[in-house]
Amino acid sequence: MNSSSTQYLNSKRMDVYEPMHQFSMWGDFKGNIYQDASATMIIEVDAKLDNQSEDTSHTTIGPSNQCDQEASKPGDKVLRRLAQNREAARKSRLRKKQLEVSRLKLLHLEQELEQTRAQCALMSGGVNVCHLGFPGGANSVTPAGIAAFKMEYERWVEEQNKKTNALKTALHSPLPDMELHILVDDTMNHYANLFTIKANAAKVDVCYLISGVWKTSTERLFLWIGGFRPSELLKVLVPQLDLLDQQSHDLSNLIQACQQAEDSLSQGMEKLQQTLAEAVAFAHALGGGCYEMTNAMDKLEELVRLVIQADYVRKEALQQTIRYLTTRQAAQGLISLGEYFQRLRDLSSAWAMRLCEPA
Amino acid sequence: MDKIQSLISENGVVIFSKSSCCLCYAVTILFQELGVEPLVHEIDHDPEGWEMEKALVNRGCTSPPFPAVFIGGNLIGSTNEVMSLHLSGSLLPLLRPYQILA
Repeated sequence: MNSSSTQYLNSKRMDVYEPMHQFSMWGDFKGNIYQDASATMIIEVDAKLDNQSEDTSHTTIGPSNQCDQEASKPGDKVLRRLAQNREAARKSRLRKKQLEVSRLKLLHLEQELEQTRAQCALMSGGVNVCHLGFPGGANSVTPAGIAAFKMEYERWVEEQNKKTNALKTALHSPLPDMELHILVDDTMNHYANLFTIKANAAKVDVCYLISGVWKTSTERLFLWIGGFRPSELLKVLVPQLDLLDQQSHDLSNLIQACQQAEDSLSQGMEKLQQTLAEAVAFAHALGGGCYEMTNAMDKLEELVRLVIQADYVRKEALQQTIRYLTTRQAAQGLISLGEYFQRLRDLSSAWAMRLCEPA
Repeated sequence: MDKIQSLISENGVVIFSKSSCCLCYAVTILFQELGVEPLVHEIDHDPEGWEMEKALVNRGCTSPPFPAVFIGGNLIGSTNEVMSLHLSGSLLPLLRPYQILA
């Protein structure tokens, strides 16, 4: 463009008309004259974005103007025009560059967001995307898997109370043992369901499950690896039953076996906490080294196994208890258990309400 | 596999474990509490560990086979089996021949 403009500057008056004539077909609606095809863009950009200089210093180098002026003046105007066009072109290039940079930034942010969403979906069992940036909640990120667990657990508790009542009704009515046996089996299956629900929740977020935050405050007082202690449960249950000597002996052994099993799992838990703490501490010392954080993540995966193992012991303890009892005793035992847990939950509500009572 | 066979036939109570596994540790603690000193063979520290792991699975252990518990040369199973046996009162009789008298 510069070479061509030099050409025009050096040309005589008459020569100036020639290019004008040549380029007249590229004149826009304002009648402006410009040097070459690329200048079309410049004029359009100028027209849209920065019309000030264009409009105020607009000088048509039309034949009518030329006639009135000295030979040097058309040169000045052309010079001014060229300078304006260069400036406009420069601004346009700058804007294009800025636009490109912004586009790249936006693309990068979108990709990051997509990746984060995918990770959350993975953690929540791929069901739903977590609610990023949800305002107000203490936990602004609630994986869909945990929300589902909360609902399922609430429903489980309701069902549990219904089954306890059904057992009570059946026990105090002249029903044959066979009917009672079916209800006992049904209640035992319901406990098995709880452990399945918990296992799924453990795989989604074991830290949430093991915190016991999904239980009532009083239940949490007795928390052991994400649930109740089998031995404690049996100690509550056994005194309420009318037992034969052999049964007392067997159940006493069972309580001791539970305590030993619990002790070994508790020590396993302690070892896990120790190695997890080491992994996290060491990761910090290494400046967040990848290996140590992977190690820490592996420890959390192991915690899932531990919690599921604890639930297995709970299930086995219940099943073993029932095996030592007659159908009627089993029914009575399950009623006692159900009522015990409900009373514990009621205590939690009563406690909470106590704080609301006027002094 | 020869190495596994020799270990389980020469030792009354053998636990094949991984050094980082907390359930393996828990089972070892339980056995100790029951008066037994099991031989704990850490597969991740054994150069033949990979072959041993495959051999354990072939013998009937569910994958991953940790812990894999043998008593008197017989495969008992993993943590679940040990816990079930213990709660049903069947583990102690199996361990009796190998209990260390205090």
